[in-house]
Amino acid sequence: MGRTVIEKIIAAHTRDEVRPGRIVWMDLDVRTARDFGGPNVVKNYEREYDDAPPADARKTFFTFDLCAPACTIKSADNQQACRDFARKHGIEVYDVDRGIGSHVLIEEGLARPGTTVVGTDSHMNILGAVGCFGQGMGDVDVAFGFKTGKTWFEVPATVKVVLKGRPAPRADAKDLTLFLCRELGTKKIALAAAEFYGEAVRRLDFAGRITFCSMVTEMAGIIGFIPEAVQGAEIQADPDAEYTDIVELDVSELPPQVALPPSPNTVKDLAAVKGLRVDSGFIGSCTNGRTEDFARALEILEGHKVRKSVMLKVVPATRKVYEDLIGKGILQALFECGAIILNPGCGGCAEGHAGLTGKGEVEISTGNRNFPGKQGLGQVYLASPAVVAASCIRGEVAGPEDV
Amino acid sequence: MGETVIQGKIWVLTDSRGSLIEDIDTDQIYHNAHLHITDIAQMGPFALGNLEGWKDFPKKCGAGDILVAGRNFGAGSSRQQAVDCFVALKVGAILAPSFSAIYFRNAVNSGFPVVRGLSLETWVSQGKLRTGDTVRLNVVSGEARNVGRGLPLEVAPMSRVQLDIYEAGDLFKYGKALA
Repeated sequence: MGRTVIEKIIAAHTRDEVRPGRIVWMDLDVRTARDFGGPNVVKNYEREYDDAPPADARKTFFTFDLCAPACTIKSADNQQACRDFARKHGIEVYDVDRGIGSHVLIEEGLARPGTTVVGTDSHMNILGAVGCFGQGMGDVDVAFGFKTGKTWFEVPATVKVVLKGRPAPRADAKDLTLFLCRELGTKKIALAAAEFYGEAVRRLDFAGRITFCSMVTEMAGIIGFIPEAVQGAEIQADPDAEYTDIVELDVSELPPQVALPPSPNTVKDLAAVKGLRVDSGFIGSCTNGRTEDFARALEILEGHKVRKSVMLKVVPATRKVYEDLIGKGILQALFECGAIILNPGCGGCAEGHAGLTGKGEVEISTGNRNFPGKQGLGQVYLASPAVVAASCIRGEVAGPEDV
Repeated sequence: MGETVIQGKIWVLTDSRGSLIEDIDTDQIYHNAHLHITDIAQMGPFALGNLEGWKDFPKKCGAGDILVAGRNFGAGSSRQQAVDCFVALKVGAILAPSFSAIYFRNAVNSGFPVVRGLSLETWVSQGKLRTGDTVRLNVVSGEARNVGRGLPLEVAPMSRVQLDIYEAGDLFKYGKALA
C-alpha cells in the first residue's frame, strides 16, 4: 500500500508498523523548547533525570521568542533558568535577539524536508511548509524528548484537500488560509494530517507557504503539507496512498477574507466587515512575519500615513527578516508611514509583548488567533498584511482598493 | 497509579443557551498572563479563568469532580498548564466528545484521565447529563453510568499507550519502566 507524506516521514523515523491509528515510537531529529514551556521542561527534566545528559545536546535547542527580551522579572528568571541548564549540558540557545523559534529553525537549516522536529509551540507544524514534520508539544513531552530523543505518536489519518480554480490575482496567501479556516472549520481535518493540492497552493512562495501551513492548528489538524511546492521524493505521497477523505474546494476569484471574533474559524468576506472602526493594527507573527508580508503592507501604505487615531505595530518574525527589512529600506519606510517598529519575536500574538488590546478596542491583525481575551479585552479581527495596512490608513476595516 | 474506575460529581461546561461549549481554547482554560508560573500547585486558581460564565470554577470545584466539555476541548496553544491547572484542583477526569491533539497528549503524558464521551452532546441536550449529577466510568472497559439518574453512558476506553502511561503514573515513570 502506498504512503501519504506523513506516513513516509514517520516510517523513516521508527521501526514500528506505520498505519493510521497505530502508536509508534518516533525518533526526533530536533527537539526544542521556548522561553514559554522551556522553564517547565527544565524543571521536569531535573526532577526526573537530575544531572544526566540529554540524548544528544547537538540536537537539542532553546529558542526564546515569547517574552523577548524579558518584560517581567518572572520571565527573566525563567529564561535564565533555561540558559543555566543549556550551559550545563552544552545546548545551544537562540536567545531573545533571534525571533520566532520555528522560523529560526528553518533559517538555521535545522528543520529540513523529511525530518522530525518538536517544540513547545503549537504552531510548530508550520514546518510543514518546508516538508518537515514539526509538532507542538507540552513540557512533559519535550522534557522526555530532550532525554530520550524519542516520542510516542499516533500515526494520523491523512485528508487530501484539493483547491480548484485560480484565486483573484492579488489574493494573498492569508486570504486562502482564512478561507480554509472557514471551510474546514475545526472538524474536517481534525486530528489528521492534510495534503493540499492545486494551482492556488502550488504557486505559493516560501512566505506564502509559511502563512498557509501555520494555521492548520486552528483547523484542529496535526500538520499540513504542500507536496507540489517542495522538492524530494521522501516528502511526496505515493500515487496509491490512502486518504480518509478528499475535500475539494473552489477558490476561483476568492476575495479577501477576515476572521471575526471569537475564533479564527468565524470567517467572512472582507466586504461583510468593511467600515468597522479600527483602533489598532498588527503585522507580524509566525503566520505573517516574513519580508514579503511587510513588503506587501508597504505597497499599500506607501504615499499614505497610518491614521492618527490608529496604532500600527510591526513585528518582524526573526532578526534575519529584520536585517533584510533594514537592507531593503522597508522598516524605514514603514516607520515613516507611522508604524511602531518592535523587535523580532512572538509579540503581538503572545503575552502582550507588543501591547495588548483594551476593552472596546478593535484590532486588525495578521496573527493567527483571536480567541476571547487572548490579546486583551478588545476584539481582534484576522486578515492579510494588505488588509491590515489599508485598514490602518482608513481607520476602518478596508481593502487595498479603498486607499 | 491511575484508577480504573473514576466516580465524581460533574460540571457540564454549557453556554448561556445550555449547549456544550465547543472549541474551548487554552487561553480560556489557562490564560497566557499566568504562563510564567512553573509550580503546578499555584495553577489551580486560574483554571477556566477566561471562559465566560465559568470564571468562578476553581472556587466551586471539589476534589474528584469531573468536567464535561464540548468537542475539540483544549484547542490552541501547547501549554501544559492548561492540563496542570486541573491537576492542581484535583479534578477527577475530563470528559469530552474530542480533544485537541496537543491537549490530549499533554493530559495523557501527565497521567491525567481525559476520556472521550461518544454521545455527550445528545445527553446534555436531552437533560440526561446535568451539572451536579454523579458519573462513574471505567477507563479500561468504557462502561459508564450516570449514577443518580441510573442511565448508561458510552465512553471510549483508553488506548493501549494512554492506559500504559496512566497506570505508570506519567510519561516519565512509563519511560523509566521501559528502559
